[in-house]
Amino acid sequence: MNSSEQAVYNDSVVRQFSIMAVVWGVVGMLMGVIIASQLAWPELNFGIPWLSYGRLRPLHTNAVIFAFGGCALFATSYYVVQRTCHTALFMPKLAAFTFWGWQLVILAAAISLPLGFNQSKEYAELEWPIDILIAIVWVSYAVVFFGTVGIRKVKHIYVANWFYGAFIIAVALLHIVNSAAMPAGWMKSYSAYAGAQDAMVQWWYGHNAVGFFLTAGFLGMMYYFIPKQAGRPVYSYRLSIVHFWALIFTYMWAGPHHLHYTALPDWTQSVGMVFSLVLLAPSWGGMINGIMTLSGAWHKLRDDPILRFLIVSLSFYGMSTFEGPMMAIKTVNALSHYTDWTVGHVHSGALGWVGLVSMGSIYYLIPKLFGRKEMFSVKAIEVHFWLATIGIVLYIAAMWIAGVMQGLMWRAINADGTLTYTFVESVKATYPFYVIRVMGGLLYLSGMIIMLWNVVKTAMGGQTVTVAIPAPAHA
Amino acid sequence: MDILYLLIPLSVLLVLFILGGLWWAIHRGQFDSVEQEGERILRND
Repeated sequence: MNSSEQAVYNDSVVRQFSIMAVVWGVVGMLMGVIIASQLAWPELNFGIPWLSYGRLRPLHTNAVIFAFGGCALFATSYYVVQRTCHTALFMPKLAAFTFWGWQLVILAAAISLPLGFNQSKEYAELEWPIDILIAIVWVSYAVVFFGTVGIRKVKHIYVANWFYGAFIIAVALLHIVNSAAMPAGWMKSYSAYAGAQDAMVQWWYGHNAVGFFLTAGFLGMMYYFIPKQAGRPVYSYRLSIVHFWALIFTYMWAGPHHLHYTALPDWTQSVGMVFSLVLLAPSWGGMINGIMTLSGAWHKLRDDPILRFLIVSLSFYGMSTFEGPMMAIKTVNALSHYTDWTVGHVHSGALGWVGLVSMGSIYYLIPKLFGRKEMFSVKAIEVHFWLATIGIVLYIAAMWIAGVMQGLMWRAINADGTLTYTFVESVKATYPFYVIRVMGGLLYLSGMIIMLWNVVKTAMGGQTVTVAIPAPAHA
Repeated sequence: MDILYLLIPLSVLLVLFILGGLWWAIHRGQFDSVEQEGERILRND
């Protein structure tokens, strides 16, 4: 197996996941633009159940998180673990299965969600047969990833692999506990938990999915692709290790901040708030570590649009990991909860951090995977960067204003104790901000379409290349 | 809130598992000469 002819990296599965990440990115963001338009102009539901907001919204979240984000994580983790361990993937057939299995999950979601099959758990809407398929694919992913780490030729396990590894283990645990259900037919089930208990499990899952799927996994990307693209080692490797252990030791109990002022016991809410505040420290440590990697080479930002994607993603990471703990404070949450501020916060993390870091990493990968020196059009990367950035700013600024306005209108009370505004008045006041959000989303989506065009052009103009694994330099 | 009898022991188990990982990493020399590790990925791959 280790004879010199055969010693090449397994990049075909990386290629497949990279291309599909871009394709699903376009689909998922298109869904987002459609549902944002439906909120501004409800006639766009067309009275067709399959196209109604309630069914397309989970399709949007599943497509962007698990299809776009998931494929980007599979692609980059398979690339990074091979390059940093100097070995090909463990069990290549199983790795190929993870690709086809994951695409099948996405296809099943794209069919079942518009048909109205939904187990009513946010970010875990898919019914039990699909949940079982997810579990099988995920365990296979863990076998491939940890098997590859196990057969590594480099003694040290690079920090990015620790983040990817934690993401894989945590998501397996979260998915299995949260999706526990009693089937009642092929596409119907009842959750193993009820009432406030179910809500607690749901947000234990939900927030840790943010922490491990949308944070730890993408931090793995950050710790490999920023140093590579900048041509400089990470600012402090020591800090990156502290960042990792601090983050995973403290993440698990932030979830209750989603249930402030509900039937959840008060002390549990306070635990959630305190843990959320604690998270500010490791998050900012990591963010500063990533940005300072450019220390002494800031000029590279001026003419490298890929590096700009990666570094700006970290500034959005810093922003949303500051905003999040603030919103978890109960008094702030009393204003922000149930308003569009939450939606703005999520998208500052999702569009700004997760989206931009994935795009930057894929722009790094695609030319290498197809034997080209650079992307077909570097100018188009530049255009994409500005479309995405302006789109995000429009989106989150609109939602901040809308959210704070809604919170203030809902709590406004007249001298006689009656509410100053009816709910529908706050909806009406939000209308212009919903329109601005659609515009922001359209900009972000058009950037993604340009990326798809650029990726297709690069792939067609190049060829699939095999890269030899370097011979072990020293023990 | 009976669910906490599941979630809290689960977190304790997880922390023990993470501690095990940290212990393994320290004793297997993962952190012995860390500063050069950041530069290794920039050399060949």
